Amino acid sequence: MKKELRLVVNGQPYEFYVKPKTLLVEVLRDHLGLTGTKRGCNSGSCGACTVILNGMAVKSCSILALQADGGEVLTVEGLASGAELHPLQEAFLDHGAFQCGFCTAGMLMSAKSLLDENPEPTKEQIKEGIHGNICRCTGYNSIIRAVTAVVNGEYKEKK
Amino acid sequence: MLRDFEHLAPKTLEEALTLLDEHQDECKVIAGGQSLLILMRQGLLAPEYLIDIKGVSELNYIESDAKQGLRIGALTTHRAIEKSPAMKNGFGVLAEMEHRLASIQTRNWGTIGGNICHGDPAGDPAPVLIALNATLSTASLGGTRNMAVEDFSLDFFETALEPGELLTEIQVPAAPPHTGTAHTKFNIIESDVATVGVAVSFTLDSGDGVCRDARIVLGACAPIPMRAKQAEEALRGKKITDRLLKEAGQKASEEAEAVSDISASEEYRRQLVKVLVGRMGKEALARAKQA
Repeated sequence: MKKELRLVVNGQPYEFYVKPKTLLVEVLRDHLGLTGTKRGCNSGSCGACTVILNGMAVKSCSILALQADGGEVLTVEGLASGAELHPLQEAFLDHGAFQCGFCTAGMLMSAKSLLDENPEPTKEQIKEGIHGNICRCTGYNSIIRAVTAVVNGEYKEKK
Repeated sequence: MLRDFEHLAPKTLEEALTLLDEHQDECKVIAGGQSLLILMRQGLLAPEYLIDIKGVSELNYIESDAKQGLRIGALTTHRAIEKSPAMKNGFGVLAEMEHRLASIQTRNWGTIGGNICHGDPAGDPAPVLIALNATLSTASLGGTRNMAVEDFSLDFFETALEPGELLTEIQVPAAPPHTGTAHTKFNIIESDVATVGVAVSFTLDSGDGVCRDARIVLGACAPIPMRAKQAEEALRGKKITDRLLKEAGQKASEEAEAVSDISASEEYRRQLVKVLVGRMGKEALARAKQA
């Protein structure tokens, strides 16, 4: 039996009718077409599906959509404002913080959530902030450099 | 692939217990679901009803009292415990354990009660709570029960919860003077599940190092979180030295009911117990001397 689900995704309110077994990642990708969020390991190990739910980074493959009912979700599509990329996105581009890109959306959301909580993390704290996200291309160094550059104020948000 | 189920989302403990009573044979309770959904996806569990208690906010709290210690609601997330200022009053080992429990994302959503009720002997909270002499409370329509966390796990993924019963609260008593507790786990990937977990707590007579009480708890070494009682016995009443800690490590590694599995052979597990009991013993001793 389908149930009603209300979510605010990237600032936009939505109403769905979903089967109870529907995962949050499925609502985002299959119902809303927001395919920036990736479905990787599908078992809570890789972090590719990371989104920010009510201000916290979570793995959208490991949460029933109905558990997020009434919540606010931010996905990678909600980072940029219009044509203006988010500072983290700019920094990832400049520092080559990806190759295949599969981990990037999750990596960006974990980095965003880290900086929201702690705007001036140390290198160690940056590593901790992204350790729930697996990247098989970069070896992580370019990602850490990109986040560090944002922390150092090299990518001030343009107002 | 998840099988279909009916989703019931009570908002109060009373509602939850009523639903649980009504569907006890064909339901599972989901809190954060960080462990449960994996089992459901593998087809190991296919409940007809899922009673989703994540929204029962009255079970989400941390209360701290200098004399009584901590009371932690079952639905408190790992991250909330890790970040709680209440951990600074002698419960730092709980915050350390939670910090390494899993990835941030999992800690943000998963709950301490869910972890314990999952009954995985490799779980991190139970060994630490047992070392801290913690107790817990359960509730059902019939009333409430209290028991030691140590008595809660019965077998692999099996707990003392009766059908119709929910875990509601965990109580961690304030530690006696000169008590130090330390926990570590060995794993290949940081913040992954423990290959072996070890929690050690010592209470000393005074600052001189004579051991009044020792609690050594092993994770992922038996079907349940296991007290290494022979190792504890080797220390009780004696002045703790490096040599004695080595002996305790040896005893713990012998009494562990370790088995081989995908992450380690039995022999390797026993070796890990030997080394980690020694290391955590040293750390617990240093902390007890400062406490």
